[in-house]
Amino acid sequence: MSAIELARAVRAGERSAREIVDGYLATIAEHEPTIHAFNLVTADEARAAADAVDAKVAEGRDPGPLAGVPVALKDNLCTRGIPTTCSSKILAGWRPPYDATVVQKLAAAGAVSVGKTNLDEFAMGSSTENSAFGPTRNPRDPERVPGGSSGGSAAAVAAGFAPLSLGSDTGGSIRQPASLCGVVGVKPTYGLVSRYGLVAFASSLDQIGPFAANVADAALLLEVIAGHDPRDSTSSPEPVPRYTQSLGDGVAGMRVGIISELMGDGIAPDVRRRVEEAAEHLAKSGATVGEASVPAAMFGLSAYYLIAPAEASSNLARYDGVRYGLRVDGATTAEMMESTRTEGFGVEVKRRIMLGTYALSAGYYEAFYGKAQKVRTLIVRDFAAAYEQFDVLLSPTAPTTAFRFGEKAEDPLAMYLSDVCTIPTNLAGQPAMSVPFGVGDDGMPVGVQVLAPTLGEVPMFRAAAVLEAGAPA
Amino acid sequence: MTDTAAPYFTAKHGIAGLDEWELVVGLEVHCELATNTKMFCSCANHFGDEPNTNVCPVCLGLPGSLPVVNAEAVELAIRIGRALNCDVHSSVFARKNYFYPDMPKDYQISQYDRPINADGWLDLADGSRVGITRAHMEEDTGKNTHAGAGGRIHGADYSLIDYNRAGVPLVEIVSEPDIRSPEQAKTYVAELRTILLAIEASDAKMEEGSMRVDANVSMRRLGEDEFGTRCEVKNLNSLRSLGRAIEYEARRQVDLIVSGERIKQQTRHWDEEAGRTRDGRSKEEAEDYRYFQEPDLMPIEPGQQWVDRVDAAMPKLPAARRNALAGVAGVDPTTPAVVVAVDRQLDELAIAAIAAGGDSNRVLTHIEQNLAVDGAGGLSPVNLAELTLMETNSELTATQAKTVLAEMLTSGAAPAAIAAAKGFEAMDTGALETMVDEVIAAHPAEWADYVAVAAAGDDKKIKKLVGFFTGKIMQASKGQADGKAVNTLLTSKVGAAG
Repeated sequence: MSAIELARAVRAGERSAREIVDGYLATIAEHEPTIHAFNLVTADEARAAADAVDAKVAEGRDPGPLAGVPVALKDNLCTRGIPTTCSSKILAGWRPPYDATVVQKLAAAGAVSVGKTNLDEFAMGSSTENSAFGPTRNPRDPERVPGGSSGGSAAAVAAGFAPLSLGSDTGGSIRQPASLCGVVGVKPTYGLVSRYGLVAFASSLDQIGPFAANVADAALLLEVIAGHDPRDSTSSPEPVPRYTQSLGDGVAGMRVGIISELMGDGIAPDVRRRVEEAAEHLAKSGATVGEASVPAAMFGLSAYYLIAPAEASSNLARYDGVRYGLRVDGATTAEMMESTRTEGFGVEVKRRIMLGTYALSAGYYEAFYGKAQKVRTLIVRDFAAAYEQFDVLLSPTAPTTAFRFGEKAEDPLAMYLSDVCTIPTNLAGQPAMSVPFGVGDDGMPVGVQVLAPTLGEVPMFRAAAVLEAGAPA
Repeated sequence: MTDTAAPYFTAKHGIAGLDEWELVVGLEVHCELATNTKMFCSCANHFGDEPNTNVCPVCLGLPGSLPVVNAEAVELAIRIGRALNCDVHSSVFARKNYFYPDMPKDYQISQYDRPINADGWLDLADGSRVGITRAHMEEDTGKNTHAGAGGRIHGADYSLIDYNRAGVPLVEIVSEPDIRSPEQAKTYVAELRTILLAIEASDAKMEEGSMRVDANVSMRRLGEDEFGTRCEVKNLNSLRSLGRAIEYEARRQVDLIVSGERIKQQTRHWDEEAGRTRDGRSKEEAEDYRYFQEPDLMPIEPGQQWVDRVDAAMPKLPAARRNALAGVAGVDPTTPAVVVAVDRQLDELAIAAIAAGGDSNRVLTHIEQNLAVDGAGGLSPVNLAELTLMETNSELTATQAKTVLAEMLTSGAAPAAIAAAKGFEAMDTGALETMVDEVIAAHPAEWADYVAVAAAGDDKKIKKLVGFFTGKIMQASKGQADGKAVNTLLTSKVGAAG
């Protein structure tokens, strides 16, 4: 049953939220030991929240658009009184005294949080292998990674642990795992969803977004979590459209461009074939399809691996053992901080802090960070030019289907390349989503990425809905 | 120093023994803004509360929290900028990255290459002008207390941190290296403080730390174009400390240079008790702050309308007030009485009294010497004017005028009425001379002494004996004798006797 159907049934009094939640908790209990999608399952809190929804329905009060719908939260979203770990040892024992804005919005909409999902430590990674608490397994094949960094959230939806989940996407961390797990994943326009309460990785790139088993559910979830938040200065003041209402509008007359730079070497042939089939399907559905060029997209990866680590090196400075989380004692304050960070952070996080610190250092700033910002401007410019000719763009979400554990873990560069198709969108601050479109030669899901200009979620969802309807079995 | 030396080559720092050297000082003044709430959250901005009571996820830098700019802080920052004749720019916040336990995020949100205010100046009471490089916004840090080891960081058993101050809005005012003496540095800070109070931007209390001064000090030989290597002196908690620290630092640096050593660019801490600066960390090995634009905040673009509104509401500032009073009184704006009048907020009284026909010299004298009291501002300018006219018309002696003025302050009555009630009339010259002769006759030995020392020209002894006779005459006249007239009579009589 979709999230939309569940909410409708709960609102109509046909099903109780408690019964729904218990059902999902039973599925979790059965398969979670294999999958490890969660860092924490909050069964008691979920049952209490479901009961509260049922009470509202019984009293005739509006229980909200997501009444009784279970949702899983990436464990870098702050939840009041409930541990929020970012899958890092350094936040051991920390319970936020406040809820993220999206968590508040979900509760107000009647959604029921079932737990906190696993991720690559501080959202840095593409396989969930960088979690301090062990990797998450891909529900489609437990020998393979679910992608990352929001691997737990993608796996939770793919495994039927919850119809909806939230992730965060800095360079592809929602779309890439959605692609690898065969679910829908959306990276909204930067500023559309409040970042308040999202533990920062790279502030100018981070964006919270939905996972769902289908396009309509993802659209509904985005409607609920989007909107201006006075607590986030980068939040958009624009009103939020009802994405669900235009899903059936089709793509007749829509101009669709395939990004040629993201269809070449490095993209697995079976993945490329699926993107071409997706384009053909859109053309058959009335869209005009052409080749689009975003030349600067090729430099996206390099720019990203300067900008994101630079911001991360600053964002992660606060984990120093002074106020919360892990503290490893030392003879002096400086030694205590050093020991805490040495012990508390994993290898990949340290690698990126080093990269970022270097990129911002006096004498190197212009050559690295400064230049990366210029590339970012070029990418924005190239996308703008492409969107003069096209309403939405198309590309693979990830270069390959889900890979096996350990396959890329020892080669950071190979791992970084998993995000080559998703990163340019983050640098441009624009929306993009991954829609499942058949499987690859290995039988694993392939995701097609639909990209749109700033605040172009409406055409993006419309195209995604058409792709979903025409996806190969 | 010869009389022919150009002013440029004058060592005007006033530090004895360093005549061949020029002192160069630039000041960085941090002032906490008098906002209701902090810079980036809605916690109270209030000094002296229980530790860690004015805190929230934002000012504690908890994971996931985000800053939101306080518009009131921007308003006050613009006010400061305009009061210092700065241009107001669209500006961005930047992160200044360094690890310190009193800084919750281990970076400070500040402004770097695009400050809100730049390129201004401040005109001082001594007639000099000091350039203002920039006045930018930033957030304050928390406060460390080191337990054990007498509060020092070294050897402390543990440290306690109060984050009430973390996130309090600051404006850092950076001057050009235009200051040339310890006295000028003090005048600059005093002037700045007066302005901050006048525009209600800060309570500017050095002792509570709401106004903190760091001095960049360097020395160069007179006539040199290049600046010397500077040291930044911190921990200056009073104007007195500021002056002493600059003087100490000047001597220390010259001693080093003269003995052939190189000045190391470094931060030094003023030790008030020991009267010396101490080695801090060397800037050469100091951290690289890795500034970059704060991605959590949008640029601040105040716009001309906002600036115009601030300008329109700007109160008249001390330099303008000194010029106004000086113009009315026909004196130089650097005249001490003018400076004092503005400092004591008595310039408007003085201008009104002069406008009411008062004698400008006598008005300024009263303001400077007799009105350093509460309630002086409530004095009637017309009455003050009348009082000075009674003096210039010899209806009152200076001593009587002072007494009448004191009574005017308490009763509010007109000076003529007070003088009449007290029976003050200026003694006529004949009566005064008779009284002087009587006092001389009553003290023949002292008079003989006086005549002798006056002939010898021994100023010190003359002064002592004039004082003796003046006192006796004042006693005899019950204070009604005019001191100046007595002095004139004594001088002429002793001249005649010699």
